[in-house]
Amino acid sequence: MRWILIIAERFERDGILTPMADQISPELFDHLVELASLELTGDEAEYLRGELNRQLKAIEELAAIPILGNTPLARHGVSYPADLRPAMREDHAEASGLSDEILAQAPETEGRYVVVPEIPHEELG
Amino acid sequence: MPDLCDLPAHELARRIRGGELSASDALDSALARVRAADGDPGRLDGPRDDGSKVHAFITLTETRARGQAKQVDAKIAAGEDPGPLAGVPFTVKDIFTVEGVLATAGSRILSNFVSPYTATPVERLEAAGGVMLGKVNLDEFTYGSSNESSAYQPAPRNPWDPSRVPGGSSGGSAAAVAAGEGALSLGTDTAGSVRQPAAFCGVVGIKPTYGRVSRYGLIAFGSSLDCPGPVARNVRDAAVALNAIAGPDPRDSTAAVVPVPDYAAELEKGVKGLRIGLSPDYDKISYFNHETGELESRPLLAEIAAAVVHAADTLANLGAEIVEAVPLPHTAYGIPAYFVISRVEAASNLHRYDGVKYGYRTNAKVEDLRELYRKTRAEGFGSQPKLRILMGMYVSAAQYSEQYYRRALQVRSLIRGDFDLVFDSKGKFQLDALLAATTPTTAFPVGAVYGDTVLMQYADQLTVPANHAGVPAISLPAGLNSERLPIGVQLIGTDFSEAALFRIGRAFEAATEAEAWRREKPSVLENLAG
Repeated sequence: MRWILIIAERFERDGILTPMADQISPELFDHLVELASLELTGDEAEYLRGELNRQLKAIEELAAIPILGNTPLARHGVSYPADLRPAMREDHAEASGLSDEILAQAPETEGRYVVVPEIPHEELG
Repeated sequence: MPDLCDLPAHELARRIRGGELSASDALDSALARVRAADGDPGRLDGPRDDGSKVHAFITLTETRARGQAKQVDAKIAAGEDPGPLAGVPFTVKDIFTVEGVLATAGSRILSNFVSPYTATPVERLEAAGGVMLGKVNLDEFTYGSSNESSAYQPAPRNPWDPSRVPGGSSGGSAAAVAAGEGALSLGTDTAGSVRQPAAFCGVVGIKPTYGRVSRYGLIAFGSSLDCPGPVARNVRDAAVALNAIAGPDPRDSTAAVVPVPDYAAELEKGVKGLRIGLSPDYDKISYFNHETGELESRPLLAEIAAAVVHAADTLANLGAEIVEAVPLPHTAYGIPAYFVISRVEAASNLHRYDGVKYGYRTNAKVEDLRELYRKTRAEGFGSQPKLRILMGMYVSAAQYSEQYYRRALQVRSLIRGDFDLVFDSKGKFQLDALLAATTPTTAFPVGAVYGDTVLMQYADQLTVPANHAGVPAISLPAGLNSERLPIGVQLIGTDFSEAALFRIGRAFEAATEAEAWRREKPSVLENLAG
């Protein structure tokens, strides 16, 4: 606990907890919220935008790391040479036998169709 | 005499397999402990405040468990092999699917989801004779280090001090095992989510090599980082449990086709001649000072640093060679890289929750499909998933991905390179394992950190490098601090070196068996007795 308080004080002093300039403005934030298919209340939006900007401050550390241009991108930590990977199975359809159970989870169905409200669309020409 | 539920898993299985004890008796004992120690299970919109119980559970599957225990007993009566975990009660973090059982991920958005299939690691624990008690609580979608973010309240508390968090995200798992509510639990570790709660609750937790255990049936967070792993009260139990769940799986293309050794076979071989490293890069917590542009650091709490030194001394006395000053210079960059990689993967994985196919759907009247998505996701997700979605979308956007995502993946290469160098069998260090603190602090009070997402994430600084690199790491109980809170140390090894980590862990455990702290019990259990 002591450590946490010490670090918290330092973060505050160093500007991690109180970002000087917000990288994500209210306008950009609203755009992200729209893209993410979310809707936020005022308090929630304020909290989340604040945390987002604080996290970006912490991420800025990445920019200071010396990285050689040829450093590979590691999509997994463990390298996956062919002898560790399972062989690809034959590409053919296999019935799960679970379609009834899966359909039963849908909030609204009609027969074996999943029902959704009006899908927004524009008439062409 | 201890209650049956306090016996090690391997001892319970031995007695049950030998006919000394029935699986149903073992189950009764575990259920009695749940009733006495757990209190109310977490529920949607439940109360947050409760000061004396563990609250590990979301869903108790008592009827199912009784059926399984009876099956084990019937096999024994018929002279059939009931499996190495015969009759051992275990719990499952509610991020795995089990056929016919709610799979909530601690989130309102999955609060009504009953899985039509069972996750591979759960299926394998049951095939080994294990008896599932139920599903235990976690941070919502595993996003946290304290369990406070679960939509199911009350959230789990630390059995050593219920005013403190159990850690997270596998907090329900660690709390249940520490309290005797099942001898084993199945958790997941994406940045430390098995090891950190294991350290906070005084139990053993292992994050296996990425690909050692199938992720089929695991509700995904960071798909390149997630590792299922067992939580146990001792090293042998963790080894037996990992044996049961590890190995290739045709349903997960990242489950490696590497043979699984018998982890229990070499447990008692000792550490003579093994090379165990200590690194100054794990003796501190580092963070970036934006004013000076310098990386600054703080030492670990003295009691935690002392526990690491004590573990090193103990292993040295047993004949291990301690290699000091091992450089792992990119350790400090684990958290910033994780902030990027995990958010991008989380955002991608969370797009599927939309109120159409399964899970929660808004009851509000909506005009069109887009509004259905927005309202469903707004009502269904708590603030932590929302934050990860927004961050993941921002840092992976075309104009920023060079600056953030690609750079983070390169940093992951550098972290991997640190480990490759020190574990290289022909290199300068030739380590069998690295020894370090699991966490920079012991369990913190409920409410002390929650809400501050940057500070919460830094709790993972010592555990996240192993996730970036994919290498295995085990957290072991290593003492209690002056407030009687558990301290954990971890051993990190090279790819697929779990057998060596168990062996070193067991040697440390055996050598410290007589130390006074080993006889201490979580306060929740003392209160039951007295």
